[in-house]
Amino acid sequence: MLPEPLREFAAVAALDTRMPEAVIAGKIDRGEATLEIAVARIVDVCRFLKQERQFVRLSGVTAVDWHPQEPRFEVVYHLHSVAGNERLRLKCRVASAAEIDSVTGVWRSANWYEREVFDLFGIGFRNHPNLRRIMMPEDWEGHPLRKDYPVHGYRYSYQDE
Amino acid sequence: MIAAKTNVAEQANSKTGPRSMVLNMGPQHPSTHGVLRLLLQLDGETIVEAEPDIGYLHTGIEKQCETLTFQQAVTLTDRVDYLANLSNNLCYCLAVEKLLGLEIPPHAQWMRVMLTELTRISSHLVWLGTHAIDIGAMSVFLYCFREREDLLRIFEMFSGQRMMTSYFRVGGLALEPPRGWRHAVRKFLDAFPSRVEEYENLLTNNPIWLRRTRGVGYVSLEDMLDLGVTGPMIRAAGLPWDIRKAEPYSAYDQFDFDVPTRTEGDVYARYQVRIEEMRQSARIAGQALEGMPSGRWVADAPKVVLPDREKMKTQMEALIYHFKIVTEGFRVPPGEVYQVIESPRGELGYYVVSDGTPQPYRVHIHGPSFGNLQATSKMVEGRLIADVIACLGSIDFVLGDADR
Repeated sequence: MLPEPLREFAAVAALDTRMPEAVIAGKIDRGEATLEIAVARIVDVCRFLKQERQFVRLSGVTAVDWHPQEPRFEVVYHLHSVAGNERLRLKCRVASAAEIDSVTGVWRSANWYEREVFDLFGIGFRNHPNLRRIMMPEDWEGHPLRKDYPVHGYRYSYQDE
Repeated sequence: MIAAKTNVAEQANSKTGPRSMVLNMGPQHPSTHGVLRLLLQLDGETIVEAEPDIGYLHTGIEKQCETLTFQQAVTLTDRVDYLANLSNNLCYCLAVEKLLGLEIPPHAQWMRVMLTELTRISSHLVWLGTHAIDIGAMSVFLYCFREREDLLRIFEMFSGQRMMTSYFRVGGLALEPPRGWRHAVRKFLDAFPSRVEEYENLLTNNPIWLRRTRGVGYVSLEDMLDLGVTGPMIRAAGLPWDIRKAEPYSAYDQFDFDVPTRTEGDVYARYQVRIEEMRQSARIAGQALEGMPSGRWVADAPKVVLPDREKMKTQMEALIYHFKIVTEGFRVPPGEVYQVIESPRGELGYYVVSDGTPQPYRVHIHGPSFGNLQATSKMVEGRLIADVIACLGSIDFVLGDADR
């Protein structure tokens, strides 16, 4: 069910063999491999890739807002294996008010990355040790990187307040 | 978490009893190299818990990129890591060129390599100057900025701007390299090795420097990789991982250079790695200068790259292309790309998503400082306040990278 050129990636083939129900789709585009993972299985998939395929580095966690399509958000994980010198992208489609499990138990660097996604997109991460805003002030309302949030924000000059 | 508790007395008593105190190393501090706020819970002068608080320089660059065309967004990328502007330009341009499938001519690629290495030298000079002055060596700061003046003059010669150059554009360079650039770059590179010797004479065997930096700030390699640290800090802990060698981009595979590593993983090892990196960057820039191929400085892609100015004034198609590219922008085929380069601070990644329109749908910048700062608490816990200053200097972060 995954396209053939993608199965040539040893890590992808191993993952597909071990947890075929976790991998929904995949593609190779411009030399980069992307897998779409079921939201409920993301921690298992990440743990497998870290412990058995040496993806010891989490390069970043981010999100893309596909408003008004549903599921609205796409949480994107960039994994990197230094020993194998390969990179992999994992994606999960998360619905508008839904949550996803945190991968801080797998890589500690996910701590701040997920805080940033929570702050700027409003996606909740279950079991995150410290889920609070990181860029915006603590009392900020709204999630700025969502597509329905205007680029100039809702607060104008402080002289008017 | 120190910040989550509201009562100072509660915080003080929670871990160490009435002796401890919470010290706010506020966003405004000469040694935090930008607007970094550190909450330090102290027991006397020893740090029990440290927590960095970032976000004071968040300006919404990623959101703004979505409102500009792909070419206009290059000017925003300068401001992300404001000490290594050309590195950010390069990463973004490489990402968009990968989306477009553009082939960049060798002259432009070699020019990009040369200027990016000069940027690396310029960034490391700021690191060395500020790190040394924090620890107390004031003359080093003046010497480093003297060299940096020459580099900024070179950047100004190329692009008209000392720092926010935006000299690399999607398709190649922004302008043709100016007359006299070879002389200026050669003059700088001839003088530079002796300058690095001067810095080393002042610091490398200096007993005060050794006492302040040896054995300070050690974090194990596994912890660093797990916490998201990249760049010279990893190389100083023993892993010779450099993206210029591992995943070469923009003709780096045609250059001959070493990747300096050390094994101690402390502040002194990081200092040695970065000094050596300055020498290697000068070596690469010298090779680029000697072997620079001639040819076009932009790709041959009339739908993306602006036409030659003279042609635009006399030929109708060139005028039409110019008009369309400037007013509407060029369309990029839908897709996504994660391009990484080795910036002076570590792995810089640009994740660009296009949906077929002339504006990027999403630009995510993975700044190396965002990952590097996660290791701060591990690095300083159990040490003295003075060591915090040395550790922060060795991380070499830039808040623009971390906050965007």
